[in-house]
Amino acid sequence: MDNFEPKIVGFLCNWCTYAGADTAGTLRIQYPPNIRPIRVMCSGSVDPAYVLWALLRGADGVFIGGCRPGDCHYVNGNYKMRRRVTVLRSILKTLGLGDNRIWVKWVSTSEGKIYANTMSKMTAYIKELGPNPINKYWSI
Amino acid sequence: MNRIGVFVCHCGLNIAQTVDVEKLANIISDYPGVVYATNYIYMCSDPGQDMIKEIVKEKKLNGVVVACCSPTMHETTFRNTVASVGLNPYRCEIANIREQCSWVHKDKKIATEKAVEIVKATIEKLKLDKSLIPLSVPITKRALVIGGGIAGIQASLDIADSGYEVVLVERNQSIGGHMLQLSETFPTLDCPQCIATPKMVQVGQHPKIKLLAYSEVEEVSGYVGNFKVKIRRKASFVDWNKCTGCGLCVEKCPVRVPSEFNELLVKRKAIYTLFPQAVPNKPVIDSNNCLYLTKGKCRACEKNCLAKAIDFNQKDTFVEEDVGAIVVATGYDLMDKAEIGEYGAGKYKDVINGLQMERLLCPSGPTEGIPHRPSDGKIPKEIVFIQCVGSRDPEHYYPYCSKVCCMYVVKQAMLYKNVVPDGQAYVFYMDIRCDGKGYEEFLQKGMEENKILYLRGRVSKLFKDGDKIKVWGADTLTGRKIEISADMVVLAMAVVPSKGVKELARKLRITADDYGFLTEAHPKLRPVESLTAGYFLAGAAQGPKDIPDVVAQASGAASKVDSLFSQDVLYHEPIIASVDEEVCVGCGNCVDVCAYDAIELDLRTKKAKVNSAVCEGCGACCAACPSGAMQHNNFSKRQIFEMVDAFVR
Ligand SMILES: Cc1cc2nc3c(=O)[nH]c(=O)nc-3n(C[C@H](O)[C@H](O)[C@H](O)COP(=O)(O)OP(=O)(O)OC[C@H]3O[C@@H](n4cnc5c(N)ncnc54)[C@H](O)[C@@H]3O)c2cc1C
Ligand code: FES
Repeated sequence: MDNFEPKIVGFLCNWCTYAGADTAGTLRIQYPPNIRPIRVMCSGSVDPAYVLWALLRGADGVFIGGCRPGDCHYVNGNYKMRRRVTVLRSILKTLGLGDNRIWVKWVSTSEGKIYANTMSKMTAYIKELGPNPINKYWSI
Repeated sequence: MNRIGVFVCHCGLNIAQTVDVEKLANIISDYPGVVYATNYIYMCSDPGQDMIKEIVKEKKLNGVVVACCSPTMHETTFRNTVASVGLNPYRCEIANIREQCSWVHKDKKIATEKAVEIVKATIEKLKLDKSLIPLSVPITKRALVIGGGIAGIQASLDIADSGYEVVLVERNQSIGGHMLQLSETFPTLDCPQCIATPKMVQVGQHPKIKLLAYSEVEEVSGYVGNFKVKIRRKASFVDWNKCTGCGLCVEKCPVRVPSEFNELLVKRKAIYTLFPQAVPNKPVIDSNNCLYLTKGKCRACEKNCLAKAIDFNQKDTFVEEDVGAIVVATGYDLMDKAEIGEYGAGKYKDVINGLQMERLLCPSGPTEGIPHRPSDGKIPKEIVFIQCVGSRDPEHYYPYCSKVCCMYVVKQAMLYKNVVPDGQAYVFYMDIRCDGKGYEEFLQKGMEENKILYLRGRVSKLFKDGDKIKVWGADTLTGRKIEISADMVVLAMAVVPSKGVKELARKLRITADDYGFLTEAHPKLRPVESLTAGYFLAGAAQGPKDIPDVVAQASGAASKVDSLFSQDVLYHEPIIASVDEEVCVGCGNCVDVCAYDAIELDLRTKKAKVNSAVCEGCGACCAACPSGAMQHNNFSKRQIFEMVDAFVR
């Protein structure tokens, strides 16, 4: 258990969070390597099915990053995503997959530090939480 | 059949230091679909790109992954590279192993493993990437400029002189902005009115410029090349077509309220022009203070207007303009003195801000250039300037430097000494930053010839002491406490973005930083463009700056607009939504969720239809589509699933 390294799949919106993650790089801020970033145009394009898929395939955590409220490049995609995630969380709970494996965070282009901090916190949190039960008990 | 080539860049040592590029290329060369993988020191250099071209041809590649820096840096570069040898540019993908891998991790083994996974996921995406062709849309070769300060004026004139029409929207009744309030301008001490008014007149008379003063942008729709702008023309209650600008109405108006142009130092009337050289030089009635409009009596202006131009029934009207590009030049304001408790919270009349001092020193200002202090009109003999009030103070106010204060403070102290030779000026400063051309010389001249006393340190407190303002500060160079009984104190307040800019940015769908300064597409390489295509930035709206920088940036923005307009059609990103009509059930979820009104439900066939010129490609409709009929080009569900699998399986 001690050397459990969680796999976290990240959906980063192109205009803010992905650019914020780039900023973390430009500033050389170090953070745990567990995140596997997937660039999407907007957090509002993240289909709940992506999150479910990732969890069913064994990801230990899913991160969704979007622009800050009011800053979505496409007006309000981030709000749409937030609404969908709220619904999704309740479904995940019923499925016993835990709603706390999905993290949503607004990260703007300049907020490399916030991105890096979020990655550190989320990785530590998921480590504490342990592996995705799918991997252990469901064996699919 | 996939024939994919993978090109791993070392980026000097930027990648190679933490990612084993050799090993990465080796592992990937065995990955399904990959027919060739290699590594090279600088993939973006000419030899690097030439190598890619050669191999695309030689190995007959039908897809390319470049593992290098962020796609924001070089996606376009490499897409153009492959396109030049006949590969569809959308069959080239970037695997970001620098910003989001080698730069943020130190352990070479871990970083290499991660890079391998990132490349594999990118290959999976590429396998399903469609060859796309950009849409072409015509460009409306007219520009909108928002804000008529020196930035907006310069941008408008430059664009109009290149032969394109300009609509200039200014919310005040005259263009000019803050520059017209200034006394003299550093570093040459020429009179801003003398150099700006000819430009203002040019704007007013230019056949290609449509000046909409006393107007604001209400709504913007559309996209680069094809914006539709709704503009509110605020009711001025004066028919400007009839008004001859004689000024009799102003003379007869009995109301007196503080003048914004004079920074509240003196009064203006309820019907007023901004300043004598205003363009357009027509009055407006301030409906909050007009006796007739608030209390229903007076009408003195109407009775005295020979041209019968007063129209109390006037209402706000709206006009619509079609433009292809928008320059945002909304300028700045000063932080409010009331926010600084330790400096009197704005309660002491003789503690003024920098712009008020400009008005007092301005030869055409309320005191004709000889400062008289606001409380009792006495000429101040001991005057204290405090720099960096609110700026460079991340704990309490703003972390940034306001850029113009060091220079205008020395200017104001010099001008003060010119008209009050027996006066003494003190300046409290943190650092002095005079980095422009001729600026340091200006500062040295000011200090030496005018015996301005510069004290390095912060002022802890200001308070009233009889008719004086007591200034308690410290001189950190000598370690002494300093106490000055000043007649007047000038606070160099932080420069902040102009009021309402955040709401405006939201309407325009452009981004601003935490403070409201508009963000440029790239701080070094694209300083005059916004991230949203078709928007350009000019002047202090983008960050504090002085007039030389403002003018340079405005001309830069104008030339960007010109180069956009030099094309006849614009190519629109094909990364948009498309419907599979076979699958669509006509539920209409996509229509509701689209922020751009780009989707219609065909009533007859009950199928969704995407207007590809309007679709911005956010993908919201695809996430909302329950049947999977709506797919995001090259971000399809299948592609995302495959990428997830490459990462977690
Ligand atoms: C005290 C002081 C002294 C200075 N002295 C000097 C000097 O000596 N030399 C020098 O080089 N620089 C000086 N500067 C800096 C100079 O004032 C600025 O560089 C310059 O005025 C900025 O021009 P601008 O057009 O960007 O902004 P502004 O002058 O602020 O103009 C912006 C315009 O946009 C309009 N506007 C704002 N929002 C909207 C909207 N939503 N819709 C429509 N219109 C809008 C405003 O009404 C205004 O007319 C000084 C600054 C200060 C504070
Ligand atoms: S573009 Fe960032 S959340 Fe929509």
